[in-house]
Amino acid sequence: MKSLEELKKIREEAKKNLELRETGKNVRVVVGMATCGISAGARPVLQAFIDEVSKRNLTNVQVVQTGCIGMCANEPIVEVTAPDQEKVTYIHMDVDKVKRVVAQHLVQGMAVKEYTIGHAE
Amino acid sequence: MAIYRSHVLVCGGTGCHSSKSDEIKRKFEEKIKEMNLDNEVQVISTGCFGLCEEGPIVVIYPEGAFYSRMQINRVDRIVEEHLYKGRIVKEFLYEESIEADQIIPLSDVDFYKKQKRVALKYCGVIDPENINEYIANDGYMALGKVLTEMTPDQVIDVIKDSGLRGRGGGGFPTGLKWSFAAPNEADQKYIICNADEGDPGAFMDRSVLEGDPHCILEAMAIAGYAIGATKGFVYVRAEYPIAVQRLQIAINQAKTMGLIGKNIFETGFDFEVEIRLGAGAFVCGEETALMASIEGQRGMSRNKPPFPAVSGLFGKPTIINNVETLANIPQIILNGADWFRSFGTEKSPGTKVFALGGKINNTGLVEIPMGTSLREVIYDIGGGCPNGKAFKAVQTGGPSGGCITADYIDTPIDFDTLTELGSMMGSGGMIVMDEDNCMVDIARFFLEFTVEESCGKCTPCREGTKRMLEILERIAEGKGTLEDLDKLEKLGNNIKNTSLCGLGQTAPNPVSSTLKYFRDEYEAHVIDKRCPAGVCQSLLNYYIIDTCRGCTKCARQCPVKCIDGKVKELHVIDQDKCIKCGACMEACPFDAIIKK
Repeated sequence: MKSLEELKKIREEAKKNLELRETGKNVRVVVGMATCGISAGARPVLQAFIDEVSKRNLTNVQVVQTGCIGMCANEPIVEVTAPDQEKVTYIHMDVDKVKRVVAQHLVQGMAVKEYTIGHAE
Repeated sequence: MAIYRSHVLVCGGTGCHSSKSDEIKRKFEEKIKEMNLDNEVQVISTGCFGLCEEGPIVVIYPEGAFYSRMQINRVDRIVEEHLYKGRIVKEFLYEESIEADQIIPLSDVDFYKKQKRVALKYCGVIDPENINEYIANDGYMALGKVLTEMTPDQVIDVIKDSGLRGRGGGGFPTGLKWSFAAPNEADQKYIICNADEGDPGAFMDRSVLEGDPHCILEAMAIAGYAIGATKGFVYVRAEYPIAVQRLQIAINQAKTMGLIGKNIFETGFDFEVEIRLGAGAFVCGEETALMASIEGQRGMSRNKPPFPAVSGLFGKPTIINNVETLANIPQIILNGADWFRSFGTEKSPGTKVFALGGKINNTGLVEIPMGTSLREVIYDIGGGCPNGKAFKAVQTGGPSGGCITADYIDTPIDFDTLTELGSMMGSGGMIVMDEDNCMVDIARFFLEFTVEESCGKCTPCREGTKRMLEILERIAEGKGTLEDLDKLEKLGNNIKNTSLCGLGQTAPNPVSSTLKYFRDEYEAHVIDKRCPAGVCQSLLNYYIIDTCRGCTKCARQCPVKCIDGKVKELHVIDQDKCIKCGACMEACPFDAIIKK
């Protein structure tokens, strides 16, 4: 350690891992991780969300898991909730779709309609 | 640096450690590896969460799920359900953290709601053995700030303005203390962190060292810069092995990163820290005895002046601050004196950590703004006395403090109010007593402790406390007289006024305060030869009541054959022969033997 600047750099880097422990975040990405979700590929989806969110420094976003929602045929299912917005449910998610959801929905605030459950129906 | 999707925080404080939290942590690691989750889930050992009653504690983020009273055989299910499938195992959660089937944030749980964590801010939040987690929370930024932006005088002024007072018990203004040492010219000055936490029942200093050791190192370096010291010692008792180990790891990490050592932040400021282990003598918490101990001499106090700020360790100007005091320093530097003054009372700003123990539901560590009432601490945070028993008194300040009765339960807690009530803040031990506690017995317990721990240098403390204890023992045996009560008062006053150091000066407090508030209880022992709480063994008698079926079990158990009676008839105890061993009471299947 030479200077205060270096310490600040280490701090920014170290912060990313600790963001996880702050529960007061307002946007939640909930990934269905029951047996059905996992077998349909929810695990890479979850990991992709975490990677993308930390890459883009989205400090207000919390990525959590949940159990079976009951629509196993549509797994992997991801729900995004944000204050003052209706819950958005994405179905048949994969890693590429995650990137778009993060870029368009979490960053710009516009849901990716074609991936949502409403669009499929 | 790897990013994990989930963190499993296992409490590694001494309390949870003693109920095998280390094995629980190992089991988590094994199971997580077995399920191939070790790249996604990180297991971390933290410092104390404070709610020791519910330990061992495990908190899983990002959900913030608070698993209490963990057992090794629950780990498999939590990993399989929660970490793998995302289904929180609700039945293992701390009851109070669920409301209407939803997990509520820990900060909203009764135990934490009224707390304000400054000294304990990162205990149970970060991994104490990983300096990066401290740095992520602005660690060492305060040191960087003082070294690059402030003069030593400015640092002292901020601490003075904050109104921070010594948390070790004395309550002396910290900034003022520093300003005494700063102007003294010397080739070497020292900073000592007093971690010789000796009060039975107090464990906040241990928890800070275990949970957030870097904040102490940072604060010591800041203090060193303020007074011109380049060397620091942490005097910690050897009976705190986890604290010592984590502190040593912290020192090594800080040294490796150049955050302590030579030329810190290229400012030319040097600061070294070393650990000195104490053997656990209570008197070594007194600053002059502590310094004698570091110097390699017998731990005995000496007269003041000269004060340590003038002539301390090895005859050099020295500042000694308690662990909790130091834990406040980095945050005061970062947030300013006004921020610190925004909670607490005018004369006692900030917060204080208390170790809640005794007859209380939520045993543990709580940090509250000064000025919070005893009622809030005992009922709202502590959850009141167990089994619906009536609250009787609370003992604050350990062997140096006194008892505060139910009449004063709405007193706001700060340094001055407690002293007015004949008790003291002390290091913050808070032992709650209910109707089953005998005050004579409590006073005797604490006095026994001081008699043991008196260093023996001055006569009032060495002889006086011993005589007081003898009188108390006499009273507990039913051989006391009314004159004994006056003697206790007089002797207590003499010891207070003539002892050399704080140990003797405060030793009579437990006796004088109980004598003041519970004189009737003392009189019951002396006049009626009766112990109202049913504690003092010599004053109790065993009786057989008429639910006795005459099974003869008690008579067969009695070692002195003092129970008489025929089969299927009421038995009787011969009070003259009875040695009050209680064997009959244990043997009776009908609860027909009572003690009163």
